[in-house]
Amino acid sequence: MITLSHYIVLGAILFCIAVAGLFINRKNVIVLLMAIELMLLAVNTNFVAFSRFFGDVGGQVFVFFILTVAAAESAIGLAILVLLFRNRSTINVAEIDSMKG
Amino acid sequence: MNTDLLQLLCFYLFGGVAVIGALMVISVKNSVHAVLSLVLTFFSMACVWLLAEAEFLAIALVVVYVGAVMVLFLFVVMMLDIKQEVVREGFIRYLPVGIVVALVMLAEMLAMIGVKSMATQTLGPNPAGESNVAWLGQALYTEFLLPFEIAALILTVGIVAAVALTLRQRLGVRHQSAGQQVAVKATDRVRVVKVPVERPASVSPAPVVAPPQENAP
Repeated sequence: MITLSHYIVLGAILFCIAVAGLFINRKNVIVLLMAIELMLLAVNTNFVAFSRFFGDVGGQVFVFFILTVAAAESAIGLAILVLLFRNRSTINVAEIDSMKG
Repeated sequence: MNTDLLQLLCFYLFGGVAVIGALMVISVKNSVHAVLSLVLTFFSMACVWLLAEAEFLAIALVVVYVGAVMVLFLFVVMMLDIKQEVVREGFIRYLPVGIVVALVMLAEMLAMIGVKSMATQTLGPNPAGESNVAWLGQALYTEFLLPFEIAALILTVGIVAAVALTLRQRLGVRHQSAGQQVAVKATDRVRVVKVPVERPASVSPAPVVAPPQENAP
């Protein structure tokens, strides 16, 4: 019998893997973007599970909007990445420091 | 076989594949392999969502993510010429802190959300009734109509922003403009200049360019 905790634990594991990916891939912006997509996937899994178990449609509608915004976000992020590689010839996070922030 | 047991086995299968795929995403050397592992993860999670009877979202995940976003990622990864050894610098150095942070965070999450109490929540009858799509669509087009429109606006802004960011004007490249070629008239090509046949006599001859016959009296 699948219980709610199965879904929540799976979402938590995926989220933590994504956080570890953000830590260990400090040089590759593409992998960082993919780790963010993994985080969104984990959060969406929680939404779907709660929506199903509590019978509320709002969770699935919210997943719908998260998918929309995530698609736009990754499109703009990859556009910025292409622009960055064209101008600086690197996707190393440590070398992207021209704004001196 | 018992249906509940079968569902549980499928959940463990797809969840395990998703976790393995996620681990490969953050650990493989080749970026192309990482993107393909992410595709595997998304696909497995779509199957997990199907087990939760969220059919529309599972199909949307496959179509939108695997079909569009991941192909975009793959396109960008293949277009950029990345030096793998440079990209992999610091992987070993940050590996322990990454693992520690992830494990601590996982333990905190599991302790906080109370897995034991949620284990009593079992899968009841489907609240969607017969059709998940009808359930979702009725909420989306009535209660959430304004957010739906705003989502469309966000996608439009995303398209415009992506095009505007990557558009560039190349300098020093000769383009052929068909419109200008068609619209050209004969007067643009040839200009007839009226030149007087003879010089006025009073003008003194130019010293350098004038031919020597004209200087003779």
